[in-house]
This record gives sequence, C-alpha cells and structure tokens, in this order.
Amino acid sequence: MSALLEVEGLVKHYLVRGGGGLFGAPVVLKAVDGVSFSIPAGRTLGLVGESGCGKSTTARLVLGTLARDDGKVVFDGEPVGAVRDARWRAQRRTMQMVYQDPLSALDRRLTVGKQVMEPALIHGLGTAAERRQKALSIMDAVGLSSRFFDRYPHELSGGQRQRVVLARALILSPKLLVCDEPISALDVSIQAQVINLLLDLQDQFSLTYLFISHDLKVVRQVAHEVAVMYLGRIVERGDPEALFHAPAHPYTRALVGAIPTPLTRGRARASLQGDPPSPINTPPGCAFHPRCPRAEARCRSEAPLLRPLDDGRFAACHFPVLSTPAREAA
Amino acid sequence: MTSPLVELKDLTVDFPVGGNWVRALHGVSLTIRRGEALGLVGESGSGKSVTWLAATKLLPAKARIAGEVLLDGRPIQGLTRDQMAGVRGKRVALIFQDPTSSLNPVHRVGTQIAEAVRLHRGFDAAAARAEARRLLDRVHIPSAARRIDDYPHELSGGTNQRVMIAVALAGEPDLLVADEPTTALDVTIQAQILDLLAEMRRETGMALVLISHDLGIVADITDRVAVMYAGRIVEEAPVDALFDDPRHPYTQGLLAALPDVGGPRRRLTAIHGQVPNPAALPPGCSFAPRCPAAIAGCVTAIPSLDAVAADRRTACFRARPATSLEIAA
Amino acid sequence: MLGYIASRAFRALVTILLVLTFAFFILNATGDPAILILSADAPPEAIAAFREEWGLNAPLWKQYLGYLWNLAHGELGRSMRDGRDAWAVVSERIPVTLAITIPALIIKLVIGISAGIIAALWRDTWIDRLVMAFSVTGYTVPSFVLGLGLMLVFAVQLGWLPAAGADSWRHAILPIVTLGVAGAAVLARFTRSAMLEVLGQPFIRTGLAKGLVWRAVVIGHAFPNAAIPTLTIAGFMIGSLVAGAVVVESVFAWPGVGRLLVSAVGNRDLMVVQAILLLVTVTMVSANLIVDIVYGFVDPRLRTARGGLARGGT
Repeated sequence: MSALLEVEGLVKHYLVRGGGGLFGAPVVLKAVDGVSFSIPAGRTLGLVGESGCGKSTTARLVLGTLARDDGKVVFDGEPVGAVRDARWRAQRRTMQMVYQDPLSALDRRLTVGKQVMEPALIHGLGTAAERRQKALSIMDAVGLSSRFFDRYPHELSGGQRQRVVLARALILSPKLLVCDEPISALDVSIQAQVINLLLDLQDQFSLTYLFISHDLKVVRQVAHEVAVMYLGRIVERGDPEALFHAPAHPYTRALVGAIPTPLTRGRARASLQGDPPSPINTPPGCAFHPRCPRAEARCRSEAPLLRPLDDGRFAACHFPVLSTPAREAA
Repeated sequence: MTSPLVELKDLTVDFPVGGNWVRALHGVSLTIRRGEALGLVGESGSGKSVTWLAATKLLPAKARIAGEVLLDGRPIQGLTRDQMAGVRGKRVALIFQDPTSSLNPVHRVGTQIAEAVRLHRGFDAAAARAEARRLLDRVHIPSAARRIDDYPHELSGGTNQRVMIAVALAGEPDLLVADEPTTALDVTIQAQILDLLAEMRRETGMALVLISHDLGIVADITDRVAVMYAGRIVEEAPVDALFDDPRHPYTQGLLAALPDVGGPRRRLTAIHGQVPNPAALPPGCSFAPRCPAAIAGCVTAIPSLDAVAADRRTACFRARPATSLEIAA
Repeated sequence: MLGYIASRAFRALVTILLVLTFAFFILNATGDPAILILSADAPPEAIAAFREEWGLNAPLWKQYLGYLWNLAHGELGRSMRDGRDAWAVVSERIPVTLAITIPALIIKLVIGISAGIIAALWRDTWIDRLVMAFSVTGYTVPSFVLGLGLMLVFAVQLGWLPAAGADSWRHAILPIVTLGVAGAAVLARFTRSAMLEVLGQPFIRTGLAKGLVWRAVVIGHAFPNAAIPTLTIAGFMIGSLVAGAVVVESVFAWPGVGRLLVSAVGNRDLMVVQAILLLVTVTMVSANLIVDIVYGFVDPRLRTARGGLARGGT
C-alpha cells in the first residue's frame, strides 16, 4: 500500500542561549529529533504527547511552514522541498491545517462566506459564482446552513467557528488535513459533534488526517494508528487498541494510566513522578529513563531505537512490556 | 444533628451587561458535608465557578448576589468584604486553574506560603518560614529547602499548583475549593495533582469541592457530583450512581458524548445544538431545545431540582416519578 | 546579574556615542558657524580667520575625530561666542535648572502616582473620572500653553506671582507648577493603567482567597507589580531633570540649561550645543541604566529569564 505521506528522520534543532547570562554557551534544543512515520491515503495517524514533546513542531515541519534541519517528507509521491517555491505552494494547496483556537484562525472582519471562499480566490480557482456555490456546498458538508454565509465569526459559537475553519480548509479539496488540537478549545458537549464531523468528512472526501492531540481518549476515537512522542522522538507507534490496552513502552503506559475516566474511577494509578525534563538537557541513553520504573543500567547509556514488536507495533524501549494488559476493558 | 459545613441556598448572581442585568446563576442550592468531596461539573458558562466565587465574595463588586450562604449553620452573606477575608483561607481555601499566573511573580514562593501561615496562625517570620518549608515537603516538592526561595517562573506548572495547594493548606481550612486545578496541566502532571488532592483530603479531613469540565477528573476523586447547566444544578447524585445510572438527559448526553480509552470503540453520540447564551435562555427548561426526551411541558415550565431517590436530585420532568426512570438512551 | 549590568552599560555607551556623532554631523550640515556668529556681511578675511582659529577648514571627518579625541581627554572645547570653556558655560546653568526641575519631579511623582492609584482603585466612579479628566487635560495641553495660561492668570490678572525671570524663589513657582502638572498628568495615566492591569491578574484573586484584606492585597501584591511599568516613565522623568525644561524655561525666561541650549543652537555655538547634548545624553542614558538595574531587582523574571528557553508550543 502506498502512503500518501511519508516522513523519514525529521529533525529540528534550535540553538538557544544556555544559563549563565549573556556569556552562557549556546546549547542545542532538540525539538524534533529523528521522527519517521507514514500515513496511507484515507487513514488517520494520531500524534500524542505532552506539551514540549515536539508534536506541533512535527506538524509544521511536515507542512513546510517551518524549515527542517534534516529528514525527508514525501507527499503523494513527490518530495516536499525544504524551500518555499512554486511547487511547494502547489503541494501546500492539498495539505491544509486546522488549529486549536478557531477564533484566532479566523479574520474577525470577514463574513463566514468570504472566509470560506478566500483560499479559492487566492489560488484563482473558478469564477466568483462557482466559488460561492462551492463554499455553500462545503458549508453544508460541515453542517453550517447557508444562513451563516453573511455572519461574522464573533456571532458564532466555538463549535460553529471550528466548522468554518474546516470548511475553509476543505474548499481547496485537500488530500491531507493536519489537525493540531482541533477540539481542545471546545466545550465537552460540542467536542463529540466535531469528532463525528471529522470522521464523516474523512469518509465523504477521502481525507487523510495527521491528528495531533494531548487527549488520548480523543485520539483513540479518530486514529487508525497512533504515535506517542516524548522529548522529540516517537517512543511507541501502532494500532490504537493494542497501544491503549497493552502499552509496550513504559511512558505510554503511564500516559494511558494517567487518564481519568468515569470507567476507571477509584482505581489506583501508577503515577509518573516529576516533570518531563527540558528538551535542552535530554538525559543520555533513553530520554525517559529518569522517570521510568523499569529503567536499568543499559537505559542510562544506550538510546533505544524504534523497533518492531511481535504484534506489528513499534516501540523504542530496551525492555518493552509485552502482552500484559495494563488495563482491561471495564 | 450537626449542621452541614457549607450550605448554599437559592444563590443567584447577576452581571451588568450593557445596561442590562444578565443572570449567570439561577438559584443554586448545595450542601457540603464535613470532609466530603463534591464534584461540580459543567461546561463553560454553566456557573460552576461563579457559584463559589459568589459564595466566597470573590466576584467583582459590580455583580449582584442574592441568596443565603451558611457556614456551620451561620449566615455569612452579611459579612463585609474585610470580614469575609477572615473566612477565606482560614475556613474556605481556593485554588485556581492557571497556577503560574495565580502566584505573584515578584515574590518567592516561600514568602507567598509564609504570608498565609502568618495571617492565619499568628506565627512570626522565622516560624512561618519553617512552616512554609514543611508545607512544601508535605505537597511533595522535591528539595523543598531550595525551592522555597524560587520564584514562580522558575518552577513548572505542576510544581506551582503544588505551591498553591501548600498556600491553601497553610490556614488549615475545612473546605478546599479547587477550580479546574488541572486544566492547564499535562495529563501525567494532572494525575499527580489529583493524587495529591486526594491525599491531602485523607490526611486533613477537609472537605473538597472540585470544579471541572471533565467528568473523568470528577469521577476520580469525589464522592458526590452535581452537574450544572446554564446556571442551574440539573442533577446531583453519589458518584457511582451518577455514572452508572444518570437520570438527567443532559448528564446522559455528556456521558454518551465522552470518548474513553477502555471498552469497545463506538461512534460518539453528540448532544446536538449549542450551549445557550445566558442573556437569551430558552423558555422553560434551558436544556429542552437540545434534549432528545423533551416533551411539550418542558418549554413552558422550569423543572425544579427534586429528590428522585435517596441522596439524588434531578431537575427534569421526564425523570419523575421515580418509577419511570428508564429513559431510552 | 553582573552580566546583565555589563550588557546594559555597554549599550548605554554605544547610545551616547551615536547621539554625539549624529549631533555633530547634523549641526555641521545645517549651517556655517563662522557666518552665523560673525554675520553674513562680515569681511571675508575675518571669516577666514575665524575658520582658521576654530579649525573649521579641516575636512569634517578630521574635525569629528579631533572632537572625539578631545572628548576622550575630558575637553569639551570652548564656546565660539566668547571663548570660555564650554563646560563652564553649561555647568553654571545646571543648578538653575535643577532648582525648578527637582521640585517639579517631586510633584510629578507624588501627585501623579497617587492620583493614578486612586483612580484605579475607584475605577469607574466620579473620583476616577475627575482624575482622568485632569490627566487628559494636562496630557493634551502643550506645556507652553499651560505656562502662558498660568502666567496670564497668576501674574497678569491676579498679580500674585512674577511673570518671568529668576530673581527670587517666587519666580520659580510658576515654572515648577507648569512642569509638575504636565508630568503628573502623564504619570497618573500610566500608573492607573498599570494598576488596572495588575488588579486584573489571577494572583490578586489568590491574595484575597488566602484571606488577605483588600488593602493588604493592594499594598503587598498589586503595588510591587504595578511599580515595574511605572518605573520606566519615572526613570524617563529623572533622566530629563537637566534638559526637560527647555520650553518652560523659554516661556518663563528662566536662565537654565534649556534656555542656553536654545540660544546656543540659534548661534551655532557648536561646542556649547555639543556639551549640552553630551550632558543630556549622559543623564538620560544613566537614568535608563539605573532603571534597568532597578528592574532587575524588582522583577525577578528579568534576572533569571536570561537565556531562558521558550518551552511553549510543542
């Protein structure tokens, strides 16, 4: 099966000034440190991790809105260049981004209809009448009736705004939609609406999603494959059911175990101690070892590679947890 | 029979909005027993935070508050703002959503804890500092002796929330109100803070009100849950009863809309429509326009919060009488 | 902290050098001192002699280097008008200016800051509106209009105070009031908005939630934070002690540094102008430096945030 998006060895390092004031030596911040994955057409990869793990940076590197230091991105059989040339702009049309905060992603001075039509106008697609027609049909697809066409963003609720953002992304008929925390800013009762909408749109328009979220419950709902990031690297990747029910990497295990849900109430948690270390001074060996309950001498010296497990999953751990379910279905 | 720790009776709050009064809270009545943990759940604008800011007189002066607040059976709503200061921190402590901006950026964290210690326990400066250090230890901040002289910006969000909890514990309160204490934190840090709150409650015997939009968090560490919608409590029940057998269609809807990590993967059942604007609430039950079980009567009268079983209250015409509880999901 | 001060001090030096260089070339580009001082119909040989005496025939860059060389040796040159040492000409005026600017500064700080705080604490009441009305008036009316207005009322109409000159302490009152009112208006606005900003922060609510009374929260938590932005404008005012009274001194014929500057510019008395500019720049820059250092003490975030990593936005 050929993948729509293939990412290999993506790297983004920043030089930041170290401690010690003006004269502190610059140190390397490894925001993204060798990330590889691929997404088959029409499927969804969920990228999860805590703040600072590099998931949003990865998204920007994939789209080329941030220059990568190393690595390869192939989209629809064509390499995505590291520079913004005409070809990048053409590719970019079929790769759209949906952000967390719909209000700041929208222009407050433009009506909903104008915002939705704007990308088509910029790319010079169709006549004015055709663009209007297309905008109305896309708005219909995202569940916005035509009466919203002449409204302004501030007149809309959070959920409706996110629908406008989706409509605007979809008018260019993209193949890939990169969604960065698309529902985090929404109310609980609205989140499910947007999750369902994203699933329906995927069916209707054969969309491929790179879905970034800190919320594992949401990722499980939408993703065909999940990748867990920790300090700039993918530590586990695989089928969501397997990954959530029997996490192989101790970090995934902690992450899954930390989620409070009504189903698991009252159950004791194996809490992770301490804060994630800063991506500046990543520990030698496995970056997770200072917080890992299973760490041994080898973990402190040798960084584990992401390698396949028996069940087709990948984990970057010297001592993965095998086939002992962390949590049974309740 | 001893009186409950805190009792809110028919609390209403109005805010001036462009020359009109907009009602944010429509008569909330709630009882907190000594030592219990109550979860207060709702979406943005449901009034869950306003309820407690109103009860502790922390709302801006322009807000109009009515109703009764009883502490140990004695009304406290007549107290002046300065008299109320004697209640806050000492009897009722509060912690908030964003721990880092909730701490004063120009004071050391130890100073901020010691300030509360001196205020409520009359310690001198040296004793207060020693107590601040002990409190930092108590909320499990590693190397407390060093952290005591740190500023909030030098600490992580999770550590700052621990500092906030230490500040709250300084007055040895009977009730801790935690308003979205983990919303700004990462999931593994959130788990640490929830564990800490549960531990502190066990150790001190204080009561806890946990305000959250997240049903999972509330389920985790509370005994009883009240669900709020559009400025009213719509359902109140012991935590197991609420999650196993929700009676109000809004609670049922919330649970059906909630993705989970366990169990089979299913399509979520979303609640259609939007949360109503407080300035333009629909007539009758505020949830009626979104309710799958609504009947004609739901748009003409507002259901009161009535007992439907022992220790359970629901504000829904369809949830009564107690024999017709099974509403088709 | 030392690195912080060193980098600020270095920037201050660069600023002074830039200002001096800029002033040197601008002054030389806008008029010939020989003609301006001796007048255009002076005999050509007199002008040539003047040029020779002051080294004005050398190429401009040579004059500039010479100027810097002398400066580095502590010599600011001589006044082209009367041949006196330029620094002596300027320095005798400094106490005269300070006699009105220091009392004015005290008025600015005391009235401006307290009015701003009061307006913020009683926001949206008649007190706030009154303070803001005064502030907007003081802010928008130019100081020469204010000065002339005060002169008209208190000197001309009522005859209580002298209109101009510097013969007694009573002559100083109107210039002091003019300077003080204008500055207090600016500071009141600034302090008010700084206070309102701080009072809206979550840690103010934490202070109340802790059990502190409102007064204690304002004094212990709001003031130290509101002081940070207010320091900037106060530092600017301290920096302008020497040269912030140019207009007011001219209006009231107060013989301070400001009036000297006006006449020296008119005369193209280059050395005097540059001596004043040096004085102004040095006081301004050192006031800023002091503010920066005080900032470092008041705001711990500046002390340690150096080289801090931006962790947000994964």
